[in-house]
Amino acid sequence: MCLRVENHVILDCGHTGPLVEVTVDGKTIQAYEGEPILASLLNAGIKINRYTVKRKEPRGLFCGIGQCTDCAMVVDGKPNVRTCITPIKAGMVIKTQNGLSKGE
Amino acid sequence: MALINTGYLEYEELSAIQKLPDQDRFAKGPVAIIECVQEIPCNPCEAACPVGAIHVGEPITNLPTLHGEKCTGCGMCVSRCPGLAIVIVNKVYSDTTATVSFPFEYFPIPVVGEERNAMNRKGEILCKGKIVKVMNPAAFDHTPVVTVEIPKEFADEVRTIERIR
Amino acid sequence: MLQRDVLVIGAGPAGLAASIEAGKAGADVLLVDLNMQPGGQLFKQIHKFFGSSAHRSGTRGYDIGKQLLKEAEEAGVEIWMQSTVIGIFPGNKIGIEKGLDNGDKEIITLQAKKIIIATGASENAIRFEGWTTPGVMGAGAAQTMINVNHVKPGKKIVMLGTGNVGLIVSYQLMQAGCDVVALVEAAPKIGGYAVHAAKIRRAGVPIYLCHTIIEAIKGEDGCVCGCVIAKVDDKFQPIPGTEETIECDTITLAAGLKPTMDLVKLADCKLTFNGPFGGYIPLHNEKMETSREGVFVAGDTTGVEEANTALEEGKIAGISAAEELGLISSENADLMRAEIWKRLDALRLGPFGERRMMEKEHILKEYREIIGTPISAE
Repeated sequence: MCLRVENHVILDCGHTGPLVEVTVDGKTIQAYEGEPILASLLNAGIKINRYTVKRKEPRGLFCGIGQCTDCAMVVDGKPNVRTCITPIKAGMVIKTQNGLSKGE
Repeated sequence: MALINTGYLEYEELSAIQKLPDQDRFAKGPVAIIECVQEIPCNPCEAACPVGAIHVGEPITNLPTLHGEKCTGCGMCVSRCPGLAIVIVNKVYSDTTATVSFPFEYFPIPVVGEERNAMNRKGEILCKGKIVKVMNPAAFDHTPVVTVEIPKEFADEVRTIERIR
Repeated sequence: MLQRDVLVIGAGPAGLAASIEAGKAGADVLLVDLNMQPGGQLFKQIHKFFGSSAHRSGTRGYDIGKQLLKEAEEAGVEIWMQSTVIGIFPGNKIGIEKGLDNGDKEIITLQAKKIIIATGASENAIRFEGWTTPGVMGAGAAQTMINVNHVKPGKKIVMLGTGNVGLIVSYQLMQAGCDVVALVEAAPKIGGYAVHAAKIRRAGVPIYLCHTIIEAIKGEDGCVCGCVIAKVDDKFQPIPGTEETIECDTITLAAGLKPTMDLVKLADCKLTFNGPFGGYIPLHNEKMETSREGVFVAGDTTGVEEANTALEEGKIAGISAAEELGLISSENADLMRAEIWKRLDALRLGPFGERRMMEKEHILKEYREIIGTPISAE
């Protein structure tokens, strides 16, 4: 599934960063360096970022500007990373967050 | 107002609010139709017109009015209107056809000679239309203006073409 | 401790405009923002703005953003991104957390002679069964994804709300290549500008008035696969038996915004409740100064409006801060503010603006009656 906006009458949809690889729950996906982690994940069809503490319900993109924390994931062993305002770096290890998560 | 309950203007509603060109003016060739019917703070159309045919004045919430005799149908206002609410209608394009020039900000932009479905204000397909002109210079700032040729009887209704997905 | 003349919090149109004015006057300005890039929500506004052609109307939002960033640079404004203000203490001492969530954050304390809070607004949520399901999101979130990050939030969208945000974002989702299958609105009429609604309708998208979403349907993958809408009565309650199911993978919520008040509260500014402006807002005067001396506000934080008004209010706040620092004479500052207020008044005319004009006047009056002159925190 590719959800990238490829053609647009108004926007130039080119990416500034190079195409790199990161892993999400062990699976390798391609992403543009510098774009928010969340954007790379959405493009790869990954909509669930975390599961809630008590009811283990899935959560995903909600505000997109770092306010709601629904898109928090474990990034390079660090939990509670708001993926909508954290840029992609080559080789990042990203994991779905369960509850509060202690990372690794 | 039907508009705020449906999202589209009926021709009668439009002509009750905006003074539209009369049949004599239509007989002379292309002319602007301003489908702007609410007093919102906006006036770029006034400055866009090279012949001073559009008046907004002060306050800028005034509805724009068109001076039909001055208007040359050049289309400069079409791309400048932030509301995409101005079209150019030429009812004497040929004996049987008219043209409508409208802003079209969807990909793919049609090309001259292409046949596309022509639609009315409600998004209903009325007829086939032939693209006869596409203008997209830098001055239009990414709002291409497309001209579609359609049977004359649809000139007051056709306002866009179907988007290809 | 670091010292600055002016600290501006929030790098959207209001914060940038404030920084530029204060910087141009010669103040030493630091602008901080928690996001990755400055510009606030301007860079996702890809449509041409309304307003006066004398003041950049007809220009697309992102071009206004680029212009402001250039002006900020020319005015010598220092910008710290990925920086969150976490404390405002007596004596205008500020705590800032700087750094990314996945990196090592640093806590920086500084003292600013003047503080301008321009933290904007956040989207209101609408609760219905399944509203927390991935695939349900703010309309602004979807707009950020398509226009800034160039990724579609989904393929088939249902939009809840027909204010200008709902209408504009629906149009932009189609421009990005998504299908918008319906707009749903509880009120009996369309909330936003007719010209925006006209774009939606001539694209053939239905608008369901007197309807609401009562359920987001969760698919096997745990994400949205549809929604149930129903007619509502005149008290906005769903009418049993009127349910319809719409297939979609994304539900976007455009139910208005509320001012982001955390820092205004932290600074102990006196608040007032104002429904039309989106909720609690700081009382302020014609100089955009709050009840706290030396603390100014601008933009959606002072009541939800739009980018043009945010810009103008930001300019006032920047000018007033510079005036209090002695960098602009009171005489000049008064003249500059009068010009800007004239433009603000012009933006608050007409059937969509007059209510905001009235409310703004009400807030200024309340300030005069309750506060009079700003209170020193010392």
